[in-house]
Amino acid sequence: MSIWVGKETRLAVQGLTGREGTFHALACRDYGTQVVAGVTPGKGGTTHEGIPVFNTVADAVKETGANATMIFVPPPFAADAIVEAADAGVAVIAGITEGIPTNDMIRVKAFLAGKNAAGEAVRLIGPNCPGIITPGECKIGIMPGRIHKPGRVGVVSRSGTLTYEAVDQLTKLGLGQSTVVGIGGDPVNGTSFIDCLKAFAADPGTDAVVLIGEIGGMAEEEAACWVAGNLKKPVVAFIAGQTAPPGRRMGHAGAIIAGGRGTAADKMKALEAAGISVVRSPADLGSKMMERISKRS
Amino acid sequence: MKVHEYQAKAILARYGVAVPKGEVTDSPAEAPEIAHRLGGRCVVKAQIHAGGRGKGGGVKLAKTPDEAYALAKKIIGMTLVTPQTGPGGRLVQKVLIEEALDIDRELYLGITLDRGRGLPSVMVSRSGGMEIEEVAAKDPSAIVREVVDPALGMFPFQARKLAFALGLSGDSLKKGVAFMQALFRAYAESDASLAEINPLLVTKQGDVLALDAKMNFDDNALFRHPDIKEMRDLAEEDPLEVEASKFGLNYIKLDGTVGCMVNGAGLAMATMDLVKLAGGEPANFLDVGGGATEEQVKNAFRIILSDKNVKAVLINIFGGIMRCDIIAKGVVAAVREMGLSIPVVARLEGTNVDLGKQILRESGLKITAADGLADAAKKAVEAAR
Repeated sequence: MSIWVGKETRLAVQGLTGREGTFHALACRDYGTQVVAGVTPGKGGTTHEGIPVFNTVADAVKETGANATMIFVPPPFAADAIVEAADAGVAVIAGITEGIPTNDMIRVKAFLAGKNAAGEAVRLIGPNCPGIITPGECKIGIMPGRIHKPGRVGVVSRSGTLTYEAVDQLTKLGLGQSTVVGIGGDPVNGTSFIDCLKAFAADPGTDAVVLIGEIGGMAEEEAACWVAGNLKKPVVAFIAGQTAPPGRRMGHAGAIIAGGRGTAADKMKALEAAGISVVRSPADLGSKMMERISKRS
Repeated sequence: MKVHEYQAKAILARYGVAVPKGEVTDSPAEAPEIAHRLGGRCVVKAQIHAGGRGKGGGVKLAKTPDEAYALAKKIIGMTLVTPQTGPGGRLVQKVLIEEALDIDRELYLGITLDRGRGLPSVMVSRSGGMEIEEVAAKDPSAIVREVVDPALGMFPFQARKLAFALGLSGDSLKKGVAFMQALFRAYAESDASLAEINPLLVTKQGDVLALDAKMNFDDNALFRHPDIKEMRDLAEEDPLEVEASKFGLNYIKLDGTVGCMVNGAGLAMATMDLVKLAGGEPANFLDVGGGATEEQVKNAFRIILSDKNVKAVLINIFGGIMRCDIIAKGVVAAVREMGLSIPVVARLEGTNVDLGKQILRESGLKITAADGLADAAKKAVEAAR
């Protein structure tokens, strides 16, 4: 079992014909993902690497039954691409693009909220994220597929390479993953920690969760609050940026300690208070999860 | 991106935000004329990005044009130390000379993103001049907030709520409402990430003006604001950080001795944490990015080595998109160019890892290989001792 994506997922790639879009679409297809369409305005009717290309997402959905998209559109046009996918009723939209203006994301969120209020379930993952993978079934994004292994640990993270690190440790210890979600490093994003935790809580195929946060914002504190009252499955967490100086943006637009809020220490305290095992070193994520799971059985 | 006070005020004035009359100059000789145009009495303000300028002696009242000259002469060229500059201070290159106003009240008004709501939040407090963080810590109820959807704009009733909370009435109330609506428009339309008016001034005549103004902008949106992009002042930034930004590298200089070269922002932060856990201090944050070229890697390594505090370098790569062989080639190229007198510890994992390790081995460079995160950090910290 898994959350949000699996064998039944039919993926369209927005920005397929670009260099990155092509490279990663093929890597996803090689992994076993059903890549059914590409969308590049003006190139509709052609095929690219054996994948049919459409002018609009709506056409791709109508012709191929696509129910997920992966977005590689450059930042100035990415918000428009997300909204186009949502408007076409695509259920899972993975925004890989890094560097989308915050104001654009505010508009995207308003549009998605309107869709969801009208009862249409559309979910944006990201932007500025590696994507989502259900090992052995469906890879949507830029993560290296080979380090994953099907299994029962859910992973949710704000960071890309740090997620690979965690997954690699889990796999080497024989702990497979149900689904791995990168929610992205931007201050305004589509899917929150809590969204993922709720889904993992409800997924019979997930026994435990790894949560990887970083400095900035209050998302980890909110997640801790939710876990305390709702999640019975064990959670292991790491917060990156314990040594980061205040007021400096650490790479991700969202990773900044501002106004004395969003420090790693505060987040670790909140997570621990919720019964979550917080590791000081990211090298201990896998072994701590092993410990939590074996204690349980 | 940050801008100076005089630049922020120029942007705000375009949107109809009331700011004091003033002119900027880098020459004391111009000060008397400017003071004269402003009516003689004026305030001379050092223009640096850091706050707390008044406390450091960078903001002074001049009663006459002659005094304005003397103050400008003193302030331009001084190294101003404030609570935010660090002990090294900042060299003042320009002053803003503004009309002196009759102060009745000093208030606080700020706009920034409320990340929980995903919308901008307009905040006010009656304690002008105080850092908002300080107010928040002492008496959170003293801060009144209004969340505004930029698509709808700030409604007059929202501005009125805040103006009443500030105790404005009569003519000042009307002026305060207009001020806030104009400020919100400036914030939203210029893709700002922060617009802070501290203090917001109410004069004895009932006027409402921005006595100080601080604006930060969303780096990701600068492509649609070329005029604001041009306001970047490289003199206010660390030279190594400026150099790194030329090559599209995310580099932040820190005070430690272990240089870090990592791919991915999260892993880069985690690597700094690991260095600290191993008993060392990181010299920098550096994310070479997901799709870095050999050239970028080479420059990244060069920038790390040009920090004189660095006693050892830790390379930590988990190759997803990033290929380990590209990292290895870039490192070798950098060392060929500038030599290497300090130890390097490399931990490579992921795509093309064997090829990457082979390139490092065959280069003949003295590079210590490490297995796993903890081992790499431990070796690097030991090497830096």
